[in-house]
Parts: sequence; structure tokens; C-alpha cells
Amino acid sequence: MTTSKDLDDLDDLDALTALADGVRRRAYRVVADGAGPVGRDEVAEALGIGRTLAAFHLDKLVAAGLLATSYARRSGRSGPGAGRPAKLYHLAPAEHAVSVPPRAYRTAAELLAETLDELGAENALNEVARRHGRRAGAAGGGQRAVVADGGPPDAGTGGDGPRDAGEQGVHALLAGHGYAPVAAGPGRIELRNCPFHRLAEQFPPVVCGMNLALVSGLLTGAGQDTAWTARMDAAPGRCCVSLSKTNLD
Amino acid sequence: MSAFHLAQINTARLRAPLDDPSMAEFVAGLTLMNELADRSPGFVWRLAGDDGDGTIAAPADPSRIYTLSVWESPAHLRAYAYQSQHLDYLRRRREWFHPNGPEAALVLWWLPAGEIPTLDESIARLDRLRADGPTPEAFTFRDVFPAPASVAR
Repeated sequence: MTTSKDLDDLDDLDALTALADGVRRRAYRVVADGAGPVGRDEVAEALGIGRTLAAFHLDKLVAAGLLATSYARRSGRSGPGAGRPAKLYHLAPAEHAVSVPPRAYRTAAELLAETLDELGAENALNEVARRHGRRAGAAGGGQRAVVADGGPPDAGTGGDGPRDAGEQGVHALLAGHGYAPVAAGPGRIELRNCPFHRLAEQFPPVVCGMNLALVSGLLTGAGQDTAWTARMDAAPGRCCVSLSKTNLD
Repeated sequence: MSAFHLAQINTARLRAPLDDPSMAEFVAGLTLMNELADRSPGFVWRLAGDDGDGTIAAPADPSRIYTLSVWESPAHLRAYAYQSQHLDYLRRRREWFHPNGPEAALVLWWLPAGEIPTLDESIARLDRLRADGPTPEAFTFRDVFPAPASVAR
């Protein structure tokens, strides 16, 4: 249960103000968009700034609690001559939210989820989520959000990019709703971010079921539900839903 | 290796007897889910059950079933229950089970590594959680208590 401390806890504001600087915000986005931990050289290159400046901003983000670090040799070599391990950056697991004046939507969400769980009313929740997804998918709100963010969702991941316009549209739709999609092999999309992460950890069957219905609704609304199928595909470290291209043969 | 393991029992009330056609997918899944548990990291033990399917019917109420298992840690049990194929099975639980209402349906507790919990003791843990709320002796995933510190004898 969320405590009342969250209601007036403005410490999160300190973390979020670290993103007020434009360069730092772009550095954060490069790390957030990376398929794995990212080094300062990659950030410097993506932003067109020097390595020292990139490291300065990255370390500010670590100090603010938004990023965390690990060390690894990037080359894959080991032993003498392999060089020192590089400092790598990834998103910190903590979440930050600030409401001014205080609002406790997280508590409300927990109470609602617990009630639905007790009543066994998940079917109603899933139907609402599916309907909401259809409306949002049809409105194309996802695509607009991505354009406003300044580029395609997986620019800079260096991984398998979307293969066609339809696939790009699905990526943009999911990115616009905060799922951080990545191409994971031919005709398969994994979602690196769960927009409901904390709630999903507390009420997995309820919230993950809702999420599946929501993603399915988005596909329907965007006219992609014959080409793509969303299914439960739970695994550590990512959203419990993945998408695969429907075999039309 | 920790001196304590995590035990769990959970219960559900079936919408129909296990041999009813409406329960066929649940029953078919039992074997798959038991096999998945058996090969999951951190799995220690589970009660095989009346028919070897992992479910145990309550003596007084055949529609009330239990599953009882032991794991190395809450993280191991969580990974099996919520970060595997098992989650999709769980998501469909309303097709097969009545809602639990305000009564806790799952309880966790620590027991010395090597010990095996009995069904009666485990149901008593569930009753204790319902009566007293989460305590170190009977808790939930939302209020996990750490394993007891090893006591020198």
C-alpha cells in the first residue's frame, strides 16, 4: 500500500529537475532507448557532444537516482590487453512522480485493483481496457506523441529495426503509449517498459490481464489486429505482453 | 545456501468438478505448470496431491483445492508464478475459480531448510493470515518478511 508519505514527498521533484536541462534530457533518452546498458561514447556520439561532457551529464543523472551504472568490457575480450571495463549506464528501477498539489492516484489504483481482485471482476476491467485501447488506437494519439518526441521510437537502438510501414506504425503506436517497443527477431515485438509496472507487481493477474486487453484494443483501433497478435509472454525485466506478426499464409 | 526456505499454500474454489468439460483446460494445464515448477530455479518441493496433479481437495469441501510448495526464496517463487508461462494460466483463473472475496487465498512463511510442511499446518498459516494480517509467521507477496536470522544453539 502506498503510504501517506508519498502524498507530500517532494523529494521526487529533485530527481526530476535533473531532467530540466535539455542536453541531459536527451542523454537520458539515449539510455532509455538503448536495448542494453549504454556507454558514454555512445551518448556523446548520439548527442554530438564531447565524451567528457556526456560523462558529466550521465553522472548527474546517476546522482539524481534516474540512472544506475555497471561495468563491463565492451569488446568482449578479456584478460591482459583487453583494457579497463567501461562504465555503462542503464535506467534506475525507481519510479518518480510528483503531484502539486498532492494527489494519490497510485493509492486509488491500488484500491481499485484490490477491489476488482476480491470481486473477481476482471472480465469487466478487461472489456473496459479493450474499449479504451480501441478508442486510443483509432485516435492515433500514439503517433502524435512520438512525433512530438522528435523521432522514430527505436532510433539509436542499433538493433533490428521495423521492416515495413505497417510494422513501423505498430512500433510508433506502442511507443506513443509508453511501452518502449523493440524488434525481437522477425515479426516479433517485445515491450521493454510496463506503463503499470508497480501495480502489475502487486496485482499481476489483474493488471497484466488488463494490459493485454489494452494492447489488443490498441491494435484493433489502429487497424493492425489482423496483422499482429498480442499475447501474454511473461518474462523477467520487461512487459508481460509481446506481439507477433500473424502468419497470413 | 540459506538456512530457511519459503513455503506457500494457495487455495481456490472450483466452479465445477475437475472432470467437468468446462475445467478441461485447467486440468490440462496442471501437468504443464507442475513440470514448469519442477524445473524452475529455486524450486525445492511440492505436495504431489490426491491424484498426483499437485492439487489437494479439502476434506469437507471437494470444490476447495490447495496447492502447497517450497522455494528457496520469494524471488524464485515470484519468477515462477508471475514471470513465466504460469501468469497466462493465472490470468484465466476466473474461468475456473470463484472469486476469493476478502479472504486471503495465498500465504507465505519461512521454514528451516530441509523441513516439509504438512497440509494441516499450512491451512493453519492461511487462517492465521486471515485473522491477524501479515506477520513474520504468515505473510503475502505485498508484505514480505525477511527470513529469520539463524540462531546459535
